[in-house]
Amino acid sequence: MLGFLGSRLLQSVLVLIVASVITFTLAFLLPADPARMVAGPSASVATVNSIRHELGLDRPFLSQYTSYLNRLVHLDLGRSYKQSSEVSALMASRIWPTVQLMLGAIALELLIGLPLGIWAALNRGRWPDTLVMGLAFLGAAAPQFWLALSLVYLLAYRFALFPLGGYGGLNHLFLPALTLGIGGAGWYARMMRSQLLEVLGQDYIRTARAKGQTPALVLLKHALRNATLPIVTMIGLDIGTFMGGVVVVESVFGWPGLGRLVWDAIRVVDIPIIVGVVIFSAFAITLANLLADFVQPFVDPRVRYR
Amino acid sequence: MKTRLMLAASLALLSFSASQAAPTRGGSMVVSYKDDVTTLDPAIGYDLQNWPIEKMLFDGLLDYEVGSTKLAPRLATAMPKVSADGRTYTFILRPGVKFQNGRELVASDVVYTLARVLDPKTKSPGQSFYTGIAGAQAFIDGKAKTVSGLKAAGKYGVAITLDAPNAAFLNIMAMNFAYVVPKEEVAKAGADFGHKPVGTGPFKLTSWPSGQQLVFERNPNYFFQNLPYLDKVTVKVGLDPSVAFLSLTRGEVDLLGDGIPPAQFLQVVHDSKYKANVLQRTNVNTSYISLNTGVGPLKDVRVRQAINMAINKTKVLRIINGRGVLAKTYLPPLMPGYDVAEMGYKYDPAAAKALLKTAGFPNGFDTVLYTTSTDPNPRIAQSLQQDLAAVGIRASIKSQAQSTVVEAASTPKTAAMVWSGGMAWTQDFPDPSDFYWPILSCKSAVQGGWNWPFFCDKALDARADKADQMVAPGQSAARLKEYAGIFSALNKQALWVPIYHEVRYMMKSDRLIGGLPELEDPIHNIVYERLSVTK
Repeated sequence: MLGFLGSRLLQSVLVLIVASVITFTLAFLLPADPARMVAGPSASVATVNSIRHELGLDRPFLSQYTSYLNRLVHLDLGRSYKQSSEVSALMASRIWPTVQLMLGAIALELLIGLPLGIWAALNRGRWPDTLVMGLAFLGAAAPQFWLALSLVYLLAYRFALFPLGGYGGLNHLFLPALTLGIGGAGWYARMMRSQLLEVLGQDYIRTARAKGQTPALVLLKHALRNATLPIVTMIGLDIGTFMGGVVVVESVFGWPGLGRLVWDAIRVVDIPIIVGVVIFSAFAITLANLLADFVQPFVDPRVRYR
Repeated sequence: MKTRLMLAASLALLSFSASQAAPTRGGSMVVSYKDDVTTLDPAIGYDLQNWPIEKMLFDGLLDYEVGSTKLAPRLATAMPKVSADGRTYTFILRPGVKFQNGRELVASDVVYTLARVLDPKTKSPGQSFYTGIAGAQAFIDGKAKTVSGLKAAGKYGVAITLDAPNAAFLNIMAMNFAYVVPKEEVAKAGADFGHKPVGTGPFKLTSWPSGQQLVFERNPNYFFQNLPYLDKVTVKVGLDPSVAFLSLTRGEVDLLGDGIPPAQFLQVVHDSKYKANVLQRTNVNTSYISLNTGVGPLKDVRVRQAINMAINKTKVLRIINGRGVLAKTYLPPLMPGYDVAEMGYKYDPAAAKALLKTAGFPNGFDTVLYTTSTDPNPRIAQSLQQDLAAVGIRASIKSQAQSTVVEAASTPKTAAMVWSGGMAWTQDFPDPSDFYWPILSCKSAVQGGWNWPFFCDKALDARADKADQMVAPGQSAARLKEYAGIFSALNKQALWVPIYHEVRYMMKSDRLIGGLPELEDPIHNIVYERLSVTK
C-alpha cells in the first residue's frame, strides 16, 4: 500500500508541475496587456510602461517563470495585479465557501440521483425507468444559468422560502447547492441504474434470493455494495471539479467562491490570481482522485492496490 | 366641502415644507454591484464603481458642488491663489481635520500623497495627470528624492508649481488620485492599504469579508458636521443584476449600483409604478467606431468620411433599447466646449457610395471590424456590418475579450475598425482637453496608446497646448472656442464614427431619498454622503 501511495504522490506532483508550466506559458502568450488593464484607458503610455516594469512583465519569459516557480516553492502565490492583495489571502477567504458549496452540491446530487437510479433499476422497462431517464436528461441539459435564475425566482421571490442570494448559513446554501445538485443528479441516477442492473443479474444475487433473503435486504446487503464502486470514483471527480469553483452558480447567487474570483481575474488578465486558482484546482482534482482510488479497496475487497 | 378643501390645502402645505426640510439623519442603506471592489486605495482604484466609494473614505483639496461640474474647496479653505505667471497654486488647508486614526491632517500629507501618485512603485493609473508638476519627471526617473514643485509652506500651506500653465489643473486636483492619505497607515498596511483604507472622509470602512460586502459607518469626527446623513452604508458585491433587481423590489436593496439590468429595462421603464424610482442622465461619454488611419483604404480621409455617412445610428440605438443619445461629434453635449452647431455626417448611403467611387473604390473593399464579445456589442457590430455592406465595404467581425480588443486596437497597423462598445471614452474631468490628449494627440498615437486611429497632427497638438495655457479667468470662453475649432478640424478628418452617448439609468428603492444631483452626479455618479432614508 505504501508503494502505491508513494508512486501516486509522485505522479500528482508531476501533474502539478506540468499544470503550472502550461498555465504560466498560456498566460504569458495571451494577446492582452495586464499593465494596460491595471492602468486603465486614461493612463499615458509612459505610465503603462512604468506599471509594466514594476510588475516585472517586461522581463524575458524564463526569468519570469523561474521567479514564479521560486515563489511557488515557498507557497507564495504573489500579489494580484489589480488588487495588490496577496493571492493566497484572496484565495484563502474563498476556500471555505467553495468547500461548503461542493459538499452541499454533492450531497444533493446523491440524495436526488441515487434513489432515482435505484427506483429506475428496480422497475426496468416500466414507466418509472423512462421517467427517471427523462428527468436525468433534462437535468443535465438544462443551462445552469436558467436553472439558477428559475429557482431563485420561484423559491426565493415568488415564494420567499429562501433568501435572494448571498452568503450565510444553510438557508443561503440550499438554492445554489440545489442548482448544482439537479444538474449532476442525472449522472448519478444513470450510473446507479446501470451498475445496479448489472449487479442484479449476477449469480450471487440469485443465490441470496434463493436462500430466502427479503428483496430489501438483498438490495442493501449485496447489490448496492457492489454497485457503488464507480459512484465513488464519480464523487472523487466531482469533488475535484467543484473545488475549482462554479462561476455561473456563484455569480447568480452572489456566492463568494473561487469561480467568481478567477472569472473576474480572467476579464482583467490578473495573471497571479488566474495561475493561483488553476494550480489550486489541479491540486484539488489530483488529491480528490487520489482519495477516490485510495478508498476503492475498502468499498470493494476485490480491488487490490497496484 | 370647504373643510375638505382646507384640509387638502393644509396637507399639501405641510408635505411641501416637509420635503424642503433637512434630510433625516441616521438610518442605513444597501447598494448592490455585480463586480467585486478591487481596491479602495485612491491612488490606484479608478473606475465608476470604486471612485464614489473612495469618496466616502477620503477627501481631496478640491471637490465639485454636488450634481454639478463647478469646482469648490473641500480640504482647502478656499480656491487656491494662482501666481501671476499661472504656474504656481497655493492652497491653505482647513485646520483641525482629522484622519480616521485620530491624527490631524497637515500640509506634508498633501505633498506625500501627490508624490506617492507619481512614484512608479505605487503603480498609480493617475501618474500621468500629475507629471506637469515641476520636478515630477526627475522624481519618477529616480534622479531626485523629492518633487521640487511640491512644497509645504508652514503647517497648513501647500504650494504646487507646474512646468507650464494648465487650464485643467484644478480639475486634476479634484480627482480621486489627489485624495489625501496618511503616510503612517500606508506604511503599516503596505500593499494592502487598498483593503485597509484610512482617510479623512465622512465614512469609515468597518468590515469587508472578501467577495461578499463592504460595510461603511459614519465617521463621527467628520469636519463637515452635518455630513453624512446616513449612519451606515452596505455595499453588496457579486450580486447578479437580475437577482439584485428582485431584491430591490422586495426592499432588501436600496440602490442598483450598475443601473437597471438590460433584461428588465423595458419592463421597468414602461411600468408607471416605478416612475419615481428611476432616474436618468446622459453620460459624458461617447461610444464610437475608431477608424485606423494606418490601415489600407482608411488612409484616405474620403473613405473615412464615406464610412461615417454609411452608418445608421438610429438602428444601433434601437438595439440598446434607446439607452443612448445620438452622437454627432467626438465631444458629448454636456462637455464644456461642445459646439451645438456641429452637425457631423448625415446618414446617406448613396452619397457614401459616390464618395467611395471618387476615392477609387467603386467596388468597395474588405476590412475587419473588432468588437468586445459581451452582449449587446456583437449584435451592434452586426448592424454596423450590414450598413457597411450596403455601400460595398465587406467587413468581417472579430468578436473578442475586452483585454484582447484593447491590445489589438493599440497596436499600430493592426485593427482597421474597432467598435468601442463597453469601452466608451468617458470624461476623467469636465474639460475638453481630456477628449484630446489621451485619444487624438500625437503623444498617444504610439504602441500601447489609446489613440486607436493613430492620428497625429502636430499643428493641432500645438493649438491644444496653447489653449491649455490660457489660464487667466477671462480667457476661459476663448479657450473653449479654440477647442471647438480643434474638434471641428478633427471632425473633417473623420477619425471616428461617433455613434451615441450612453444614458445612465439608476434605480432606487422608495425609502431612499436622493435626486438627480446625488444619484446621477456628473462626476461621481453616487454621492453617498448626501443620501438619506425615510424614517
